This record gives sequence, structure tokens and C-alpha cells, in this order.
Amino acid sequence: MHPYTTDMYEGMLAETIMLPGHSGEIINAYYARPLGPGPFPGVVLIHHMPGWDELYREFTRKFAHHGYLAISPNIYFRFGHASPDDMSAKVRGSGGVPDASVVGDIDGSARYLKSLPLSNGKVGVFGTCSGGRQAFLVACRTKTFDAAVNCWGGNVVQPKEKLTPAQPVAPIDYTKDLSCPLLGLFGEEDKNPTPENVRQLEEELKKYGKNYDFTMYPGAGHGFFYYPSVAYRPEAAVDGWKKMFTFFEKYLGTPGRER
Amino acid sequence: MCTGIVETAEVSGSGKGPEGWFKLEQVNVSYDHPVDAAFEHALNIDFVNPKEGPGARVAVELNPNSARKLVEAILTALARGEK
Repeated sequence: MHPYTTDMYEGMLAETIMLPGHSGEIINAYYARPLGPGPFPGVVLIHHMPGWDELYREFTRKFAHHGYLAISPNIYFRFGHASPDDMSAKVRGSGGVPDASVVGDIDGSARYLKSLPLSNGKVGVFGTCSGGRQAFLVACRTKTFDAAVNCWGGNVVQPKEKLTPAQPVAPIDYTKDLSCPLLGLFGEEDKNPTPENVRQLEEELKKYGKNYDFTMYPGAGHGFFYYPSVAYRPEAAVDGWKKMFTFFEKYLGTPGRER
Repeated sequence: MCTGIVETAEVSGSGKGPEGWFKLEQVNVSYDHPVDAAFEHALNIDFVNPKEGPGARVAVELNPNSARKLVEAILTALARGEK
């Protein structure tokens, strides 16, 4: 890895774009990329349950800063438009975003990245909270991704009484179809997923001989990357980002900033 | 925690949001992430009118003890008023 030095040129483009998501329906997405001809690996970011918010824009730009084509689609697009927290409340009160549309929107976003002349042809997926669950789900339901990161995704292990019309199948039941290496970052004090839930997923991954790497952080709960909240745990967050960039570099190729 | 726990009820009344007063049609009560309150999880109450869009919302985020106090206060006020 070639670390950043202060004499390097650096530039980024970040903007809202439209792209075809689930069933070819047009949705909006926040897209950030390093300036330059590439080729760059890509990452699709799945926003958390609290919405398509400022934090996810920051995360998207962070990936671009590290040399990735980064895109965060608005998976709440079909529910309308308002402030991110009002949209989150609307989706929550409507029974949640359907798994089928999430898989279609994330797959569409990856295909969009791969279609760009800047792409190196490899795309990873990253999500936190509900987005962690969905990152695992989409890595099982499609063959579009080269690497997946599940950060504290709750309800991957979903007992029958917790299944809903929007979430009709527990993602763990799709484990045999996982199509790429998986990195998992979890907190020991999290109540969903609990360490026991994580162990159950790990057992299933072992059963099917999948390539995975899980870290369980002591002293951390749910959402330990979220620096604006009380859940933030700096040591776990710093280590988690480092692990993630190392993982993506291994499976997606050298990011652009190092050129 | 990312629970997805939500209970919904039809309600009738008015609420005051950023655009002024509006008719309430529904209340969504969830036990999940707050947006603003400094807790890892909270009892969130959203009074909404889906016909007027996602912005027609009066929101509160309470810690569980505060939510219980609210329930008691509501029941006490109702009992006194409906004697």
C-alpha cells in the first residue's frame, strides 16, 4: 500500500445521479468518485435504517477519497421524498422496505458502476445496520459482487415470527448461495445481532465452506462507526475501517489513489 | 440494535408540525434507533397523516422510563377527565 503524502494531487466529484434500480425503475443515488481516468474498483453503500442521510454521504465520499467509485442508492426512493428522518419514519411505519426492491436497487447500482469506463470491473457492497443485513442478502441473491461487508446487520437470523411481507425469508437461509467473500464487523454488546446470532451465521458459513472473516469487538454495541451518536467506539471504528479497506483491496484490486 | 419493532394505530385529532397544524390519522410507535436522542435505542412516537406526505409528522424519541411515565400520565389524565 502506498500511503498518502502531502505532495499528491487529489480531487473528487460527488453528486446526485439517477440510475435504473429494481425492475428497471429509475431511482436516485449519491455518487462520488476520484478524479482521473481510473480504472477504479467500485463499492455500493447500503444506507442504514435511519435513512439516506448525511452520514451515508460522508461514507460515500470516504470511499471515493480512498480511490473507489462509490455509490449510495436511495433505497427509500419509492416511498417519496422529505427529510431523511421523516422518510425513515415513513418507511418504518409502512412495514419496512421490501427485500426484493433492495436487492434490485443494489444490483442495479453495481451494474451502473461496472458499466462506467472508469471501472476496473470489480464491485463490492457495504452496509451497516439494516444495510448490513441487506449487504449479506444481496451477496447471496446475486452474483454481481466480488466482496461484501456486513457491519452489525440485525435480523440476518430471523425467526419465523419476525418474518414480514416485506422480509419474507431470513437471509441466513440463503447462505449456501453466498457468491463472494464476506467481512463481518460486530459489537459484543449488540442486542441485534447478538453474539449468538453472529455465531449461528458463522456456523452456517462454515457448513457451506464460505470465505468469511468476522471480528467481534468487545466494549462495542450497535453502530460503533456512527461518530455523531453515543454508539461511537473510536478504537473499534478505526480498526473496522482499516480491516474493510484491506479486505476490499484484496478482492477488488488496487484503489485509485495509490496510482 | 436494529429491531424493526413497530406498532401502529389509527388516531383522530390534530398535531402541529413545521408547517402548522394538520389532521392526524395514524400513530406509529417503535422501539428502535432514535435520530436525535442520545440513546442507543428509544421509544419513538410518530403522529402522522400519510395523505399529507412524510413531512406531516410530529415526532418524539423517549427513553423507556420516560415512555412509561408518559403512558401513566395519559391514563391518569384520561381517568380524571372521564370520571
